[in-house]
Amino acid sequence: MNAKFLGAVGTFAVAALLAGPAAADKTKIDFWFGNSGDIAKRVQEQCERFNASQADYEVVCTSQGTYDASLQNTIAAFRAGQQPTIAQVSDAGTLDIMLSGAYYPANKLMTDMGYTVDWKDYFSGIASYYATSKGEMYSFPFNSSTALLYWNKDAFAKIGKDHAPATWEEAAADFKALKAAGYACPLGFNISRDEVWQLGEQFMAVHGEPVATKKNGYEGLDAELTFNKGKWVQFVKDLKGWYDNGEAAIKSKETGQTFVEAFANGDCQVILTSVGDHGNIGRTAKEGMNWDVAMLPVYEGTQRKSSFVGGASLWVLTGKSDAEYKGAAAFFDFIAKPEEALTWSTVTGYIPVRNSGFEYLNEQGFYGKAPYKGRELAISSLTASPADDAAPHGIRLGGLLQIRQEISNGLQAIFIKNEDVQASLDTAADRGNQILRKFEQTYSGKTLP
Amino acid sequence: MEKRATFSSTTIGLLFAAPMLVLIFVFFYWPSGQALYWAFTLEQPWGGGNTWVGLQNFRQLLMDPYYWGAISRSMVFGLGATSIAMGVALLLALFTDREMRGHKAYRSIFIWPYAIAAPALGLAFRFILAPEAGFLSLINQIWPGLWNPALDGTDAMIAVIVAFSWKYIGYNFIFFLSALQSIPRSLIEAAAMDGSGPMRRMWDIQLPLLTPTLFFLLVINITESFQDSFGIVDIMTQGGPARATELMVYKIYFDGFKGLDYSGAAAQSIILMGLVVLLTIVQFRFVERRVHYK
Repeated sequence: MNAKFLGAVGTFAVAALLAGPAAADKTKIDFWFGNSGDIAKRVQEQCERFNASQADYEVVCTSQGTYDASLQNTIAAFRAGQQPTIAQVSDAGTLDIMLSGAYYPANKLMTDMGYTVDWKDYFSGIASYYATSKGEMYSFPFNSSTALLYWNKDAFAKIGKDHAPATWEEAAADFKALKAAGYACPLGFNISRDEVWQLGEQFMAVHGEPVATKKNGYEGLDAELTFNKGKWVQFVKDLKGWYDNGEAAIKSKETGQTFVEAFANGDCQVILTSVGDHGNIGRTAKEGMNWDVAMLPVYEGTQRKSSFVGGASLWVLTGKSDAEYKGAAAFFDFIAKPEEALTWSTVTGYIPVRNSGFEYLNEQGFYGKAPYKGRELAISSLTASPADDAAPHGIRLGGLLQIRQEISNGLQAIFIKNEDVQASLDTAADRGNQILRKFEQTYSGKTLP
Repeated sequence: MEKRATFSSTTIGLLFAAPMLVLIFVFFYWPSGQALYWAFTLEQPWGGGNTWVGLQNFRQLLMDPYYWGAISRSMVFGLGATSIAMGVALLLALFTDREMRGHKAYRSIFIWPYAIAAPALGLAFRFILAPEAGFLSLINQIWPGLWNPALDGTDAMIAVIVAFSWKYIGYNFIFFLSALQSIPRSLIEAAAMDGSGPMRRMWDIQLPLLTPTLFFLLVINITESFQDSFGIVDIMTQGGPARATELMVYKIYFDGFKGLDYSGAAAQSIILMGLVVLLTIVQFRFVERRVHYK
């Protein structure tokens, strides 16, 4: 039995060796990513377009299911010496790979392979999220999004309004009016680990409030969390007030319906979520429902700042051959084309990452057409403040996912167990700081690029 | 002359054992050793090196009140899930052994849940138990707010215990049934002729003769409930609401696989391993005394 099995394996191995040279006229490179479902299909299509566009390289794109799984598999493969050439890493994993030395910096790769990239062409908010403290790009922004406010126009018409709230004070009045008009869920939200970023990180971004010291960690691994000391505390108190008054409701997979589904069904009238959901809501919204998007509200008297970019970027890993790196560079050059930006933004809700792509989309009249109208607000939101603004342009904290979990636990204690807002957020910040210190110690002796 | 090949018994014994020993080493001792080493270091996830920190990882964990919370929740989960999974399975097996109507169908159907992967199971139960859209939402229509695992920690714990037990009922059932069927019919028939009813026969004959199986399943169920629950928790509650279902093994999974804190997760694995070993020793020391092997 065993001998037979080994024999079969041997035969295959020999066959593979023999077949090897014949198929080697194209250089194959692996690209692992974490999107699933419809987005994964769109990534595959992009890969196929690249493969059809030239004869030298073949990119093999493999979905690993989720960002976390993709990162985990990439790390495991890297440690075993079997890593893909290109790996997608989400915002939460950026710092770990940046400190690992396991990558071929994107800017160096493109120069070495003879491509000139106009790095200034990237939207400043997007570029600075992934850039080093010196502004160098080590990875390529890929699927990019940011949070927007989605509102149900029909419901707002019932309370005599034709525009979305621009401030949280206005929003509070709207929620009250919607409740009085008989709506059970004026604001739908969730406080699980994966859904606190739009309530927390994005809130602090548009208010220009720091999440942590050292410019949210960009200037050193010794940053400390400060989200428990600013305007956000007031926002959590307000949100809790709306929740207690029945003007906001928690909607999650656990309750039976996510807030995005609840909005699409017309059950919730306002939600905050990624522009990446724009396409999905457009396809699933209840027949005849009128809805639109707006930038996240800010408190009165606040100067609006740029929101943070969400999504992931593409990293090139070390330990590959020159030919494979040439293939990777060709792939990056291909997906940076404005035509690709148009196709990508049409089939997904993601936004173009470069000015040239955005302008091309505008020229094509993309943002004027019905299903895509409103998505340009994501760009306005990401570029609300100038590139050289003093406010942080992103978050660069170690163990970000664990920190989000602590924030989520703190919020759940507030909303579900009625614990004190300030005390719970202090606990979350304390525990988050322990995570940061441990991270700092893990990478002791390394400096943030 | 008869040819006889002679081997030293030690060499050939080792040769025969070698493949198995290699497998055990590669898949058990090596990873365990790695985890043990990581537990005393801070390991960089991408493999850029590590620093020796001695007992720091353990000290941090054991000084964290929330970690102790996870330990006690794991105990509650383990005891709850084991009693339900074994109790229900035993009951079903006793019924089937008495050849209730449809017993043949039960015999093959009850093992199915064990074959379902934990995440798929969690997905199904999340739907069934969802307070607003699931089957149990009917209860909330009669008594509003009675059942809400999304917002009530106790309900969430009940939900994951039920989902986990459901998976192991079938597994336990098969063992109980085969043990029951190996009890000589003559014993039960003799008791019946002496005038004892079904309940008395179960209590005096079947259960005492089942004790080796009961003990075996107790050890397995407790161990599995400490180790095999993270998929269900991850899909159904993500450890929430407000840590109510944050079990030790889920925390290992989350910190290690999602948070990339390899060393913290390794230290937690060592603690979990120690706890399971301890529980097993306790069971062998105190429960096994009451087991009657033939």
